[in-house]
Amino acid sequence: MAQLTLKNLGKSFDATDVIRDLSLDVADGELVCLLGPSGSGKSTVLRMVGGFETPNRGAILIDGEDVTRVPPEKRPTGMVFQSHALWSHMSVAGNVAFGLKLRGLPKTQIREKVGEALALVGLEGYGERRVWQLSGGQQQRVAIARALVLEPKILLLDEPFASLDQHLRERLREELRDIQRRLGITTLFVTHGQDEALALADRIVVLRGGEIEQVASPDRMYRAPQTRFVAGFIGSMNFLPCDMRGGVSDHPLFAVRATVPDGPVELAIRPEALTLLPARGTGARVHRVTDYGTHLLVDVDLPDGGRLKAMCPPSARYEPGQEVALEAGHVALFRGDAKLAEVTVERRVAVHV
Amino acid sequence: MTAIDPSTLSAEVPVHRTKRPDWLGLALALALGIVVVIPLLVVAIWAFAEVWRYPSLLPQEFGFRFWQATLARPDVWAAMSLSLRLSVTVTLLSALICLPAAYAFARMDFPGRNLLFLSFLASHAFPKFGLLVAIAGIFLNLGLISTFWGVVLIQLVGTLMMMIWIPVAAFQNVDRAMEEAARDAGAGPIRVFWSVSLPQAAPTIFAAVLLSFVGTFYETEGAWLIGAPEIRTMPVLMITYINNQIVVQYGAVLSVLLWVPSFIALMFTRRLVGSGSFAKGFGV
Ligand SMILES: Nc1ncnc2c1ncn2[C@@H]1O[C@H](COP(=O)(O)OP(=O)(O)OP(=O)(O)O)[C@@H](O)[C@H]1O
Ligand SMILES: [Mg+2]
Repeated sequence: MAQLTLKNLGKSFDATDVIRDLSLDVADGELVCLLGPSGSGKSTVLRMVGGFETPNRGAILIDGEDVTRVPPEKRPTGMVFQSHALWSHMSVAGNVAFGLKLRGLPKTQIREKVGEALALVGLEGYGERRVWQLSGGQQQRVAIARALVLEPKILLLDEPFASLDQHLRERLREELRDIQRRLGITTLFVTHGQDEALALADRIVVLRGGEIEQVASPDRMYRAPQTRFVAGFIGSMNFLPCDMRGGVSDHPLFAVRATVPDGPVELAIRPEALTLLPARGTGARVHRVTDYGTHLLVDVDLPDGGRLKAMCPPSARYEPGQEVALEAGHVALFRGDAKLAEVTVERRVAVHV
Repeated sequence: MTAIDPSTLSAEVPVHRTKRPDWLGLALALALGIVVVIPLLVVAIWAFAEVWRYPSLLPQEFGFRFWQATLARPDVWAAMSLSLRLSVTVTLLSALICLPAAYAFARMDFPGRNLLFLSFLASHAFPKFGLLVAIAGIFLNLGLISTFWGVVLIQLVGTLMMMIWIPVAAFQNVDRAMEEAARDAGAGPIRVFWSVSLPQAAPTIFAAVLLSFVGTFYETEGAWLIGAPEIRTMPVLMITYINNQIVVQYGAVLSVLLWVPSFIALMFTRRLVGSGSFAKGFGV
């Protein structure tokens, strides 16, 4: 249907650069998540695409057509706001029909399209309700229907589920994903929840301080973060500072071999890449065990005063104070913000079944 | 798991009354009611009293004599119709001028915005009579003294503050995202104002319109200074009556007549409150 291109976008508010120099291509039918900490400029990017902010530099192209200076009412974009922003003086159907009426469609056609749009989000028969008579999840569904009914080329969503509770958020996320797939609509989705991004996106764009930190598929973003920031921001990660000497790290527990110039590094290890074994004389002791049902998360105090998290199968039994040995299956080495190497370690200890 | 039978459950759990009358609230409402209602009641009774001598609690004789006497006078009817026409004209003009201005104040940023905004307050912060006299001097040169439009102009000035300040607050309370959503759906800025901002702010704005209507209806200083002697509004007429002959009943009948717009206003407000949109307008 449509392709979105952001070319060297820049935006300043009161002389402070909020977006520095951002370029991004969103392919036809793709769902791209903008992910980043608060204030990283996610909403600003989205609002520039929607036409609510004018970029100071760069261009926005939809299907190759420059829309940088086009006002929002003339852009082929549809936006869903975090606060749902439904018009409370209109009925549900009135909200969905508003844009169609502006386009001068005949009444019967409007009614038909409104019915279809409400059915799409699972709200058949809710047309006559008032907006405030709906639950938070239903309101957000109406907002999605209102945006979709105008058949925009690009769908924009700014943390649409942020105000909903966990369960509802997950359900609506799945519904949105289904609808998006079915319609094949090109979508830009802003979130600061990494689980949301991982669950929804075809591609994730991690923003930091107005600049793109990394663009990758959820799988790559999680398993092969390119910067220390992404490694720490997505999922949980243990960082262990140490020195490289002659191709080996001098960490007392993790002697990692890598062809890396000597100097300080940080070993980055995911909790699930760690294997715990009962042992003596390692100096590493279990601090706390948290049972999440599907797995255990074990906090381990290291002899150098650090602490790391290790994921274990729910059948494992560990007591606080117990001495353990640690094995890392996969380690990434960072120096400053840059990644130096990635090492997959052969398991030395066979796991007893 | 064992299923819990809801009937046994409800039998054991004591039922609490969720709504208890708030006695303090009732007392306050009553006290306020007495202070407001008693004087009104006394005036209303006076309007129907023919003989009422101290210290009797109620008039000795009731009757419509003074009503007949008052309503038989053509100048009363002329004043009533003039006052209504004046108030409607002033309120409409004021809304037409002030609402877009209020929206501009609430949503736009332009040089001198705050200064201009404060000037509306300033016009009410200084003694009004001096201002009126100065304006009367200008109007004299323009030939506006003692004309309908002269009074309209002077009363328009009186409504500016109410019709700017209250709507500005109302527009500022409208969720910006709602306006943006309307832009997104294809509405131009004017359409957004008309279809979203105005209806969203409507309950509060309606209150402002009612207040300025009633305020204009009862406005005397300007109407008298600019309007005399040709333009005689209801309140001006009432003052003349009271000044010329001290018969309480004339004043009472006229003031009961003057309540008409207030009652109409109140009825509208009540319908608004009843529909729940009034409370929503105030963000309740
Ligand atoms: N209208 C504005 N005027 C001035 N500064 C602004 C404006 N809008 C955003 N900013 C600034 O731009 C930066 C990025 O804001 P933005 O809303 O894009 O962040 P975000 O990534 O969406 O954050 P959040 O997750 O909290 O929504 C922030 O530092 C913010 O203070
Ligand atoms: Mg945001």
